[in-house]
This record gives sequence, structure tokens and C-alpha cells, in this order.
Amino acid sequence: MNNRFINWFRFASPQSFYPLAGKMIPWFWGLTAIFGVVGLWISFFVAPTDAVQGEGYRIIFIHVPASWMSMFIYLVMAAWAGLGLALNTRLSGMMAQALAPTGALMAFISLWTGAFWGKPMWGTWWVWDARLTSELILFFLYIGFIALQAAIDDARRADKAGAILALVGVVNVPIIYFSVKWWNTLHQGASVSVMKSPSMAQTMLWGMLIMALCFWMYSIAVALMRVRAIILERETHTEWVKELPEVKQ
Amino acid sequence: MSALLAIVRRDLLIAMRRKSEVLTALFFFIIVVSLFPLGIGPEPALLKKIAPGILWVAALLSTMLSLNRLFATDHADGTLEQLVLSPTPLGLLVAGKIMAHWLTSGLPLVLLAPVLGLQFDLEPSALGVLVGALLLGTPLLSLIGSIGAALTLGVRGGGVLLSLLVLPLYIPALIFGAGAVEAHISGLGASGHLSLLAALLALAAFFAPWATTAALRISLE
Amino acid sequence: MADFFAARGAGRPDRIPPNSGTMQPSMSASVLSVSDLACVRGERRLFSGLGFDLAPGEWLHVQGENGSGKTTLLRALVGLSHPAEGEIRWRGEPIRQLGEEYRQELLYLGHHGAVKEELTPLENLRLAAALDGRTLDDRETLAALHRFGLKGREELPVRFLSAGQKRRVLLARLVTRNAPLWVLDEPFTALDVKAVDMLSALISEHVAQGGLAILTSHQAMPMPGGKAIVL
Repeated sequence: MNNRFINWFRFASPQSFYPLAGKMIPWFWGLTAIFGVVGLWISFFVAPTDAVQGEGYRIIFIHVPASWMSMFIYLVMAAWAGLGLALNTRLSGMMAQALAPTGALMAFISLWTGAFWGKPMWGTWWVWDARLTSELILFFLYIGFIALQAAIDDARRADKAGAILALVGVVNVPIIYFSVKWWNTLHQGASVSVMKSPSMAQTMLWGMLIMALCFWMYSIAVALMRVRAIILERETHTEWVKELPEVKQ
Repeated sequence: MSALLAIVRRDLLIAMRRKSEVLTALFFFIIVVSLFPLGIGPEPALLKKIAPGILWVAALLSTMLSLNRLFATDHADGTLEQLVLSPTPLGLLVAGKIMAHWLTSGLPLVLLAPVLGLQFDLEPSALGVLVGALLLGTPLLSLIGSIGAALTLGVRGGGVLLSLLVLPLYIPALIFGAGAVEAHISGLGASGHLSLLAALLALAAFFAPWATTAALRISLE
Repeated sequence: MADFFAARGAGRPDRIPPNSGTMQPSMSASVLSVSDLACVRGERRLFSGLGFDLAPGEWLHVQGENGSGKTTLLRALVGLSHPAEGEIRWRGEPIRQLGEEYRQELLYLGHHGAVKEELTPLENLRLAAALDGRTLDDRETLAALHRFGLKGREELPVRFLSAGQKRRVLLARLVTRNAPLWVLDEPFTALDVKAVDMLSALISEHVAQGGLAILTSHQAMPMPGGKAIVL
């Protein structure tokens, strides 16, 4: 066993991760702000007006990164959950639990902005488009995960049960995605995509990428804050929590 | 292997002595299917078009109803602990329980569906495809559902939670199952849908008992 | 709850008196050994540093107040739950690694009846054996049921039996299961005086034949001998 390995496991204990997370949070908030300002500036002032969709298309600078994040967070959540099951580390389950609400929020933002985008594009708030439908199902999966964890009182059991659900979900996500896509093409559903249009300018892509980074940093910052709260809640009666200055007051 | 047959026999015997539970789920299926024409209107062309979807959604809901029973009674009377502590591998016993669940809740739906399909004026060949799709799809529902049933064992509000967990996972089965009948009616041929359903079934038959076993151990701990 | 709980002999002879035993001295090496065991429920530490050894022909009485962790200990011993710390070995191997081999030699009866209400006593016994991968001889099964006063009720669904009679079906399972290690959680509840005598005779008989038994009970044990442990 080499030293690096031991160090990793040291941070896997809630006690040593709690102060580390506390130190990292301001940095991630700072990065969120920087990427947010740059990304929004590009999306509103630099990116050209779309030839077909006019100004309304600019909502994709929120919509697309939120969709990416909602899928990505589910993968990360499942990875933490799997790690927790395999290595039986307490922190992994807490991370999965902390990520779920942010993932659900991202899925919700994606659906909401999708509806806003749909109104001028398709003339209706909701279209059973393959991507929107998959996003809706992903939102359901997040809600199921959160509900299951909330319903189980014993934290360790909640972590493990949630982990199995997340792993089953992650196997199913691609199956669901392709089945919905197939269902959609079979029924000739409407699908509009700025990404595929030739007018997609380089600056648009940059704006989207920077906004994605902003969302990414935000998700990490919020997940770390939530993980700190979960650690405090679960370890209330340990000595080290009682010694913390913020708890003592 | 004899243990597998024994658990199937045991669960079938119990289901036989508690016929009302099996019949409740079955009548639920019939009632849900019959509600749609009342809600939508008696126009034959429209009903014919939506019949596969209605039958499949009703099959999903009816399966949900019986899933609670899969492990809950064994959990309540302590026999589940005995199954876990049996020298027989738990995965085998779980597979047997899922099989018995399909025989008591899935198979009756398969047999009943063509009769209900007649109410919607489906042609005989479409009925055949419907039966085939349900035959491949309902075991899939039992397999996926068993994971949810094991996860929600002994949990507050387990029944509602179970549907929240399992119904999204049923979507591929719904799409390919109902799609098979629709594709057949529209002349596209159902073989693509049916082979995908069979592939999903093979995948679930391999992984679901394993995931259910892990979930059961967690629930009992 | 204090953190120290120690296994200790109750000052009685550890083995069954010689007049009742067919035990050979060579069998007295311990087959079940528990060392440094700690169990946690939720965030609460129920006990820690628990250790004991049990040899063929010995039985252990687990004592303790409500909520002291008796059931948790038994569940850990049979492998239903993971102890937070410590190790449980059966014939020198950790029970986690033994898995099915250990469960082959184990019979656990928990709080619940573990009988199916819809099935008859006879079916219950037969199917329970079949699930363990064994077939039961009908005559042997009937004899076990008759021994515990269930004559005439073999073909009646358990639903129609009284609580005490349901427990008697379990006693018949003890006889038909044929496992060396018995782990029994509160086996004397819901039993009348006659059945208590039957059960204690059964346990004494099992132990005398070189079996092991671990049981929890609030009452004083109606059998002689045995180790004791207080949680």
C-alpha cells in the first residue's frame, strides 16, 4: 500500500473531509461567479442572433448546460453509490445523497427552459420530443432516488438502498433514452435543434461550454455544502462535531 | 434446482389459498381497461388506435398492485429471514419467487388481454402480437419490479414509493410492448419490437435477481 | 449504556453433567468462536469487546434488558447483519467466507413464527426442508408433529392454530432440520408449561448429542448447565 492510497482514504472519513470541504467551497463559488459572468456576457452580447430562431434561441445557454449537468450528475451519483457499496465508505453515500437534489434541479431547469424555448419554436409549451421526454423520465428517476432515501430512517440502509437504485437507474438510462428516441422517430415527433443547424457559430459553442463550466462549479459548491450539512446531521453525537466552533455557539 | 421448484410450488400454493389477492389485481386490470372508452368516447377508430397503449398501461398498473405482496408477507412472518439463511443460494430462491409472481400476476393478464382486445375491435392477428408482446413483457415487469419491492421492504409508505421507483423503469417495456402491436397494425411488422423486448428480458433475467438479492440483504440488515 | 460487556461463565459447570451426555472429550474444542465483537444500531453502540467460545455440547444463555442488543447479537451470529467490529468464526473460518457451508449447519428461529399461515404444519415443514435442498421423510415429519401435540392438526392451515400451537410447529422444525448449531431468539415465549418442558428437554437432548445452542430469554433457564453472557 503506497502513501497516496492512504491519503485518499484519510479524506474518505467524514471528520477529515468536513474541514476540507469547508475550505474548497468559497473557491468553487468564486469560479461559479467568474464563469457565470463570462458565459452570460458571451451569450447575451457576443453570440450572434440566430438566423432562423431570432433572439429566443438564447435560452439554450441555460437549457443545454442544465441538460448536460442533469445527465452527468446522475452518472457521478451512481459512481459514488457504487463506490460506497464496493468499499463500504460512509462518505460515498453522503456524496450521492448530496448530489441528488442538484441533479433533480438541473433536470427541472432543463424541462422548464425547454418549455420556454418550445413556445416560440413549436408554438406550444410541451412537445413529446425525444430529448424532453427522456429528461422528464430522468427527473422521475431523481425523485425516486430522493424519495427512497427520505423514506428510510436508518442512514446506512438508506445509502445502500439508494446505491442499488442508482445503479439500476444508470443501467436503464441509456435503454430508456434509446427506447424513447425510437418511439419518437416512429411517431414522427417534432424535434428542433440549434446544435445541428449549420448556423451554429463558434461563439455559441464557447458560450455554452463556459456556461456548462459555471453550472459544473455551482453543482460542486452546492453538493459540498450539502455534504457538510449531512455530515453534521449524521455525526451529531461524535466528539469532533461537538468540538466544532460553529456547533459550540 | 429442487429448491427452485419448491419455492415456486410454495408461492403458488399460497396464492391458491389466497385467491382474492390474485383476483383483485386481475379485476383491477379489467376495470382500468374499461374506463378508457368511458373517458374518451366510444369512437371505434380512435379506440382501436389507442387499445395497445391502454392494455399495456393497465398491465403495468396491475403488476404494481401485486408487487407489494412479493416479499412483504414473507418479511412480516419471518420466513424471508429463513430464506436468506437457507443453504440454498438466495439468488435461486429469489428467481423462484419472481417466477411464481409472474405465474400468478403476469400470466393471467396475458390470457385475459385478447378478450379485452376484442372490446377494442383489434383484429385476430393484432391480438396474436399483443399476446406475444405481453408474454415477453410481463416477466420483464416482474423482474424489474422485484428490485423495487425488495428496496421498499418495510419502508414507510412502501406501496406508493414502489410505484415511484418502478414505473419509470417500466417505460422501455411499455414503449416496445405497445409499439409492437401498433407497428403490426400499421403494417410495419412487429418483429423489431419483439426482439428488443426479448433482449431486455434476457438482460433483466440475468441482472434483476442479483440486484434483488442485494436489496433484500440490505433491507433485512 | 456502558461500553463494557464481558462474557463470563455463570459459575456453573460449562458442560452438561456426565450422566446426561454421550459427548466425547475430543469434541470439547470450541467450534464457534466470537472475538472482540461490537454492534451498532443506528448511531448507538449496543455493545463492544464481546467474545466467547462455544464447543459441541455447550449452550449459551444471552441475557440482558430490553434493547440491550440480544436480538442484534443473534442476527450478527447467524450472518443476517454485519457487526461493526470483531469476528465470528465457525470451525476456524470466518462465517462471511463460509457462507452456504455455515448456513447448512445453522438453524435460526427469530421473533416471528417463520411459518406460512396459509400452509398446513406438514406443508410448512416439508417446504422449509425443500428450500434447504433436502427432502423430508413423511413418517419422520408426522412423528415430529405428533411429539409436540399437533396430532390431528397436520392438515389444518396454520392460520387456524393458536399462537402456542404455531410455536410448536417450530419445535417440530428444530427436530426435522438436523443442524448442529441452534440460534433461538426468545424460544420460550407463548409456550405453555408443558411446551416449555418439551423445548428444554429438546435443547438438552440436542446439546447432549454434541450440538450447540445459543438462546435469549428473560426468564431463568429451565435447563441445567450452560454458559451465560450478559449484555
